[in-house]
Amino acid sequence: MSAFRDSVESMIPALRRYARALARDADIADDLVQDTLVRALRSEKLFIGGDIRSWLYTILTNLNRNRRRSLARRPVLTELFDNNPDASGTEAEGRDIARALASLVEDQRSVLLLVMLEGLSYREVADIQNVPIGTVMSRLARARAHVKAYLEGAHPTVLRAVK
Amino acid sequence: MTEPNMPVTEDELHAYVDNALPAERRGDVEAWLKTHPGDAERVRSWRAMADLLHARYDSVLDEAVPKRLEIDELEQRPRRWIYGAIAATLVAFVAGGSAGWVARGATAAPSAFQNFTVDALDAHRLYVVEVRHPVEVAGSERAHLQQWLSKRVGYEIKAPELDASGLKLVGGRLLPGPEAPAAFFMYESPSGERYTLYTSRAATGTTQMRYASQDKDGAMFWAEKGVGYVVSGPTDRDRLNQVARLVYDQTEKSGG
Repeated sequence: MSAFRDSVESMIPALRRYARALARDADIADDLVQDTLVRALRSEKLFIGGDIRSWLYTILTNLNRNRRRSLARRPVLTELFDNNPDASGTEAEGRDIARALASLVEDQRSVLLLVMLEGLSYREVADIQNVPIGTVMSRLARARAHVKAYLEGAHPTVLRAVK
Repeated sequence: MTEPNMPVTEDELHAYVDNALPAERRGDVEAWLKTHPGDAERVRSWRAMADLLHARYDSVLDEAVPKRLEIDELEQRPRRWIYGAIAATLVAFVAGGSAGWVARGATAAPSAFQNFTVDALDAHRLYVVEVRHPVEVAGSERAHLQQWLSKRVGYEIKAPELDASGLKLVGGRLLPGPEAPAAFFMYESPSGERYTLYTSRAATGTTQMRYASQDKDGAMFWAEKGVGYVVSGPTDRDRLNQVARLVYDQTEKSGG
């Protein structure tokens, strides 16, 4: 296997994590990852150096944006067991953070996840979204403020409970 | 740059949490947080938020990678239909009309008729791979199938005879369509090639027949008098065209 393919393959778990948080639904998330990988493998000859990791995140982010655009006219799906009364503790917190993410606008959600979950630099995120760093900073600030308010509204102690 | 009394900005608080702050400024921020409890509380909540995200999603890293995402698998098999790709393909196709393809990208919003075709292709992709339960009502109950589906879709629909193309009716099922229930028929050749017909009321008058393809699947689609039709099958365009013409001729006779 080529070094290129090795690099792509080693990124699959992280891409799946990002896609899961971005798209919420596990099957849709893996569809996104699958299409990202196919495009990356087909574009191997077009890839002229640079950071494969950022490049893969860029493809996935763009695919998700296209997907959301094409589904914009369809009804919004909500989880069947969203209001499971037995959910508590870690499970409830996980559910709350997923809902908080779902309530963000697309570009803010993507910035928040790339920085906080995937650990990318502001510069890398700016390149992925094709915007200036200042835009990344303001999206990040708004996303953090929104999620904080959302979580405090749902479970006032949730941000305090961790640590 | 690093004079201790310089106020800490909001951007610096974020950079501090994300380890993106120049090392020489960290001490200043830490001193600032001791005397600004509101900012200290925000910084703490952002860190807790990162912990919540990792607690919720890091388990994905430990999951076994599904077979369909393995590199060898992806290189051997063509990509499956993926909504974004289909929508982009169809937009490109419709923009170009039947004359050919115009690469417009996916920037235009898909029309209702494109959504209709995407639904039909989704159904095709979903059911042609079914071995045991490809249809709800078998082709041996043709009369019952036609009667039932006509009642549900709201117009007279007959399962076309495609024997001239070597295709036998496997059966059919009722599906949800974008605007009204859809009838779905599946046909099979002796060698196992499967073609499907998807039809439903559509908010589109009459269009010419169009063709779209991707990897190993192709579709001919058209609308007539407010009813849409999509014939999907393998990408052999001549053959697909032949099948679609047979369907077209028979639906025309039945009055659509």
